[in-house]
This record gives sequence, structure tokens and C-alpha cells, in this order.
Amino acid sequence: MNRYFHNELEDIRSKLILMGEKANQVGLMAVEGFLQSDLEKTEVAFSLDDTIDALEVEIDRDAVRYITLRAPVSSDVRLLFVAIKASHDLERVADEAHSIAKKTRKILTRNGRVDDTALIEPMSNIALDMMREAITSLVEEDVEKARAIISRDKEVDRMNLENFESLSASMSKEAELNSCRVETILISKSIERIGDHAKNLAGEVIYLLTGE
Amino acid sequence: MSEPEKNASLKPVIEIRDFDFAYGTSQALYQINMDIHEKEVTAFIGPSGCGKSTFLRCFNRMNDLIDIARIIGGSIQIDGTDIYDDEVDVIELRKHVGMVFQKSNPFPKSIYENIAYGLRIQGVKNKKVLDEVVEDCLRSAALWDEVKDRLNDSALGMSGGQQQRLCIARALAVKPKILLMDEPCSALDPIATAKVEELIHELKKEYTIVIVTHNMQQAGRVSDRTAFFYLGKLIEYDLTENIFMNPSDPQTEAYISGRFG
Repeated sequence: MNRYFHNELEDIRSKLILMGEKANQVGLMAVEGFLQSDLEKTEVAFSLDDTIDALEVEIDRDAVRYITLRAPVSSDVRLLFVAIKASHDLERVADEAHSIAKKTRKILTRNGRVDDTALIEPMSNIALDMMREAITSLVEEDVEKARAIISRDKEVDRMNLENFESLSASMSKEAELNSCRVETILISKSIERIGDHAKNLAGEVIYLLTGE
Repeated sequence: MSEPEKNASLKPVIEIRDFDFAYGTSQALYQINMDIHEKEVTAFIGPSGCGKSTFLRCFNRMNDLIDIARIIGGSIQIDGTDIYDDEVDVIELRKHVGMVFQKSNPFPKSIYENIAYGLRIQGVKNKKVLDEVVEDCLRSAALWDEVKDRLNDSALGMSGGQQQRLCIARALAVKPKILLMDEPCSALDPIATAKVEELIHELKKEYTIVIVTHNMQQAGRVSDRTAFFYLGKLIEYDLTENIFMNPSDPQTEAYISGRFG
């Protein structure tokens, strides 16, 4: 029997999925802003940040209310705790995207365009794909899809380390590019963090679906 | 204590002012002030002996049946009428303010007659009218589909949960405005309880409901506002989500979190 308050649970799940879509979008806009030297996309990334923050607050509030008033158990209570944790991860993804957009704007203001995107592009492709897949695994309730995400995080971590070493090593040459290199190292780190949050999200989906 | 915000602009259906009540020399309720709003569910919670059932029974003067019960002071108005005024017809009042008890108490009659009884004693004889009311009330109590093929069977053969919903349907037959429920689910299993809670949620579209419950999860699930009573005093009255998520009074906090006593 479905109870009259179960639609509140469905609302929370819908808000979480919406927040996931927005976090995906903000990540994509920030990364494309960097890769394509596109200031407009960077601005979109900035503009989405408030919406995502507001969704996190709403999800937290609704979940705490549901836990307090509806006495949920089993998969219902798992969904609520996952909603609270996952919304925090998604908010952090938006923060990282915001940080990427800010650094991109600095580079574009200073240099007009981003010259070297080769190091960032492959790792951002993986990290953003992990995010997309994490949200899809939540929507489709696909535990195997969620499990597949976990192992990909190591690849992103490795690429970030290589980026750091490569960019640090080049600091002795063409010193006028160093400030740009520092921004790129920080952008690489933000993308690596997006990968971490995607991995967390996948772990949360696995817990939601299996209780493990 | 501030009045809860929700529907604060609506005129309350029941207005209680400075209400004092005693059994003999023992005072049971002290200076109760509260408004109960139309088409909402208001829950009364509190430990045994706190006065919540006594207070509920004041709304349809059920306490008149107890010799030593007496009002010491204050008033209860329903739709602007003081229900303890000498001119109030108590039978009419109880038609207006229906009641469902802790233990289901169907008459030892058929399912049909349980519903039709209230109308029959009002003099309604038209079979078509009675049939319509019986069906309407059973539908409103989410019982029609379960009993429509055995309306002439004894009500005593129904399950406990069905009997309780039948009692609700019976209360609806005389078209009350207010429904009082005194621990209506305490004798029911979780599935029957869920059905009664669903019913309460549906009925509040048409009726004002006041429910006494010992089950705090139930108060959280079904009510719009909650009142916490202790030792005959109204300690806190607010929107249910405020009471359960952030009560203002430490005694309320202690009670709802199980740190009481």
C-alpha cells in the first residue's frame, strides 16, 4: 500500500536527480569554458551555482522533515541519508566547477585564450563521464553501472599527478607562462576532485540499492 | 505561546479559553487556551493521565455522563456557540461533533444497520435515502469495496480494523462537522493502522479532526498541528513539524525524544 506521504519521498528523489543534472551541467560548462576559451560558458557555470546551493538546502530540509515526521525504515531511510550525502557531493562538484570557471576567467582576462588544453581534456572527459554515469545509475537504479564508476577514479588521480609533474617541470622555461600553469594545475586538481565526488556518488547509489 | 502560523487567518472552529475542569475536587485541566482550525487534523499527545482524553471529551460533553465531572471555569465555543450554555441541546451537539473510541464498538447489528441507525432514530425511513447514506459513508470510510456484498452480515464478524472504520463511517452518517478520535488505532495492527491513517488524511478534506494518540509517529504522520499536555496543562501547541523538529519548550523536547520521567 502506498501511503499519502510517499509522494514526499518521490519529490526528494526528483530533487536529487534534478540537482545531479544541474551539477553535470555546471561541470560541463566550466570545463568547456576552459577547453574552448569560452567566457560565456564560464558565466553559465557561475550562474548555476546558486541554484545548486538552494537545491542542497531544500533536500536537506525535506529529508530531515521526512525522517522526523514519517518514521521511515529500510530503503526509504537509505534514500533519505543518501539524498543528504549525495546532495553534499553534488554541491561540492558545483564548487569545484565554480573554481574552474574562476581560474579560466583569470587566464582569459590575462591571455585572451587558453593555449594548452591537451593535459586537461582527457582527464575531464573521464571525470565528467563518471558524473554522468553516477547520476544515470541513480535514475536507472543500476548497481552494476555504479560499481563500474568506482575503479575509474584511479585513472583520473593518475592523470592529475602526471599533469602536476609535467606542469611543474616546465616552470623553468618560459617563466611568463607560469601563472597560467599554476591555474592549470589547480584546474586539474578540481577535476580530480570532481572524479572523487562522482566516485562517492556511485558508492552512495550502491548503498541505496543494496544496503551495503 | 504563539499561535501556529498555518492558516492563522482562518477562523477557528473550536475556541477554548481559560478552560478549567475537575473530577470532584481533583483538577484535571488548567487554564487551557487554544484554537482548533477547520479541516485540519489536530493531535493531542502527552503521557497517561495528562488530561488529553478528558479534554477531547469536553468537545462533545461526553464528560457530562460522569457525575463528578465539572467545569470550573472558562469556555469552549464551537462555531461561536458556547457548548456549555444551558440552552445547548447535547444530542444535537453530539451529532455535530462525532466521536470514535479507542476500542471499536459497533452495534450488534448488520453492517448496514450500524450506519443507518443514526438516521433511523432521527426518523428517516426512506429506503433510497438510507441506501445512499450507507454507501456514501462506507465509501468515505474506504470500506465500501470490502463490504458491499455483505451489508446484511453482522458487524461483529468484521476484523478489528474494519470495525474501527465502520465506527468512523457510522459517525459520518449524521453529517458531523468535527470528528473526535480517542486513540483510534491503539488496538489495531500496523496495516489496519495505516488504513485508518489514510482515511484520516482523506477525511480532513471535509471534516475537522481532533485525535488523541500515544503514538508519536502517528501524530507526526497524520496531524497538521500538535498539542502537548502534561499534568493537565497545555505545554505547547504548534504546527506538527515545529513540535517534532524544533519544539520551544524543553518539556516537549524531553517527551517526544523519550527522555521523560
